[in-house]
Amino acid sequence: MTAATPHAGTGPETAKLPPGPPAPQPPHPPRKPVARSLTRALPVTPAVVLLLLFLAGPIAYCAYIAFTDLQLTGQAHSSFVGLANFRKAFHDDEFINAVWLTLVFTVVSSLLGQNTLGLALAMLMQRASKPVRTITGGIVITAWVLPEVVAGFLLYAFFRREGTLNAILDWLHLPSQNWLFTLPILAVSFANVWRGTAFSMLVYSAALNEIPKEITEAAEVDGAGGWRRMWHITLPMIRRSIGTNLMLNTLQTLSVFGLIWVMTRGGPGNKSQTLPLFMYEQAFQNSMIGYGTAVALLLLVVGSLFSLVYMRLLRTEV
Amino acid sequence: MALTLASRRRSRRLAADAGLLVVAAAFVLPLLWVLLASIDPHPDLRVKAPDGFTWGNFHAIMNQEVTFTPLLNSLILCGGATLLTVVCAALAAYPLSRFRSRLNRPFLLTILFATSLPITAIMVPVYALFVQVNLIDTMQGTILFFAASQLPFAIWLMKNFMDGVPKELEEAAWTDGASSMQSLIRIVLPLMGPGVAVVTVFSFVVMWGNFFVPFMLLITADQMPASVSINEFFGNRGMVAYGQLAAFSIVYSTPVILLYVLIARRLGGGFALGGAVKG
Repeated sequence: MTAATPHAGTGPETAKLPPGPPAPQPPHPPRKPVARSLTRALPVTPAVVLLLLFLAGPIAYCAYIAFTDLQLTGQAHSSFVGLANFRKAFHDDEFINAVWLTLVFTVVSSLLGQNTLGLALAMLMQRASKPVRTITGGIVITAWVLPEVVAGFLLYAFFRREGTLNAILDWLHLPSQNWLFTLPILAVSFANVWRGTAFSMLVYSAALNEIPKEITEAAEVDGAGGWRRMWHITLPMIRRSIGTNLMLNTLQTLSVFGLIWVMTRGGPGNKSQTLPLFMYEQAFQNSMIGYGTAVALLLLVVGSLFSLVYMRLLRTEV
Repeated sequence: MALTLASRRRSRRLAADAGLLVVAAAFVLPLLWVLLASIDPHPDLRVKAPDGFTWGNFHAIMNQEVTFTPLLNSLILCGGATLLTVVCAALAAYPLSRFRSRLNRPFLLTILFATSLPITAIMVPVYALFVQVNLIDTMQGTILFFAASQLPFAIWLMKNFMDGVPKELEEAAWTDGASSMQSLIRIVLPLMGPGVAVVTVFSFVVMWGNFFVPFMLLITADQMPASVSINEFFGNRGMVAYGQLAAFSIVYSTPVILLYVLIARRLGGGFALGGAVKG
């Protein structure tokens, strides 16, 4: 459970920006307000210093070297090249390829896969018997808690030519194939579904548990069928969770590196090279830090936009 | 009417059970494989009944180079960074939770924004920066970056837990002349033990599984944590010994699974993290 999880806590229907706690009495007799605020703010300093140096610093540096031709080695000093890196990217077939693959990866594994499967699991769990619920939940969550590289390795084994998937297909007399070679982007997408569905499942289970039982029961007595109940009652009531979950899933999926790296290294060729892997290859295999960083900056901007939308979603919930 | 409703419910439960079991069966296959392959003397890549039973795979990896050093490195990296994260987060959360200030809201919004940033994207500039300031390939540099990347979420979580601690006790301590530092350490933190545990375990688990950060920032092989060293099984040692790789995966994953179970239990089920943050 790497970055897949940092947001587990921001419980969808309830997380909100606190309106600022009521101010208790100050610990000391009143001093000058400025001095008092400074003393009070003192404990925040270590965190702020750390964040400025190691998070804000690199982001600023990223925004700077994206416009230079910095290289990995053998270069006295880099020079400012304006938008050249970005122009280069938009004329680079490999970059376009990476953008497409990232889109496929995100849509298949995050929107269609994790989100839909997570919702389906959460809904089934509302109705299923307790032992089945516990077993399924345990298995799905274990897949999520496993370290990223282990998950990648397990699914590498699963999708290999001599792996479990083909064994099952053989047994069913269906044609088997070398998934990591013929359809690598689908294989890594499914791997990401395997690894990430638990998060959506937990978010949706929490949301569904907050729907009052009376409402669905009343609809049931009135004769509304399962699909109609889902469409007209359940989904509208958890729409905020859906928004939050989609946003977090997408952000998470955009930055997947280790899983794909372990399974395919972005290959064969560049058939599963999403943007993070492309960025890595440009910066290190091709020694073009400036270019790699320009790609990183684009990724960061897209991520920031999603992040802002996510914050808006949280705010409208209050 | 009531009877048909009841029987309809029962058949629906059966259908739901069947649906869940199908998904569970699909999800369990890779997990089964790693368990079976680790004790199989002749494992391949398929889920199959083991040819026999052996501890040989575990035996083969239990040595300094393959297992102990990487796990120790993981422990130093993640333990150090978690400690730093939790201390900084607790300190920062206190004034945010206790005092009203015009800066609280912008600060919290910035923190929330930072929790969602794709850290992967800044690793190339971080690498370039670390080369310039000589932090590349150092444990302390990696620890500092780990802590910084985990801090926004830790502060957010910590503040929410802290808001749940009533202020009356502290106010009594203040009138007795305790400083805010004293009341944080003596009163607030002990009262939010489970919250601190969640933030700690959570940060640790996330870092333990992180591959990209140490992969980028560390170079020397004997400094590598388990998340990176596991790739050695594929690369340099020629033929892949799947049984040993499976055994190593289990040894490496067990701590985080146990830790997860610990906090999930403590807060009542797998949905604890979702509920823990109710404002």
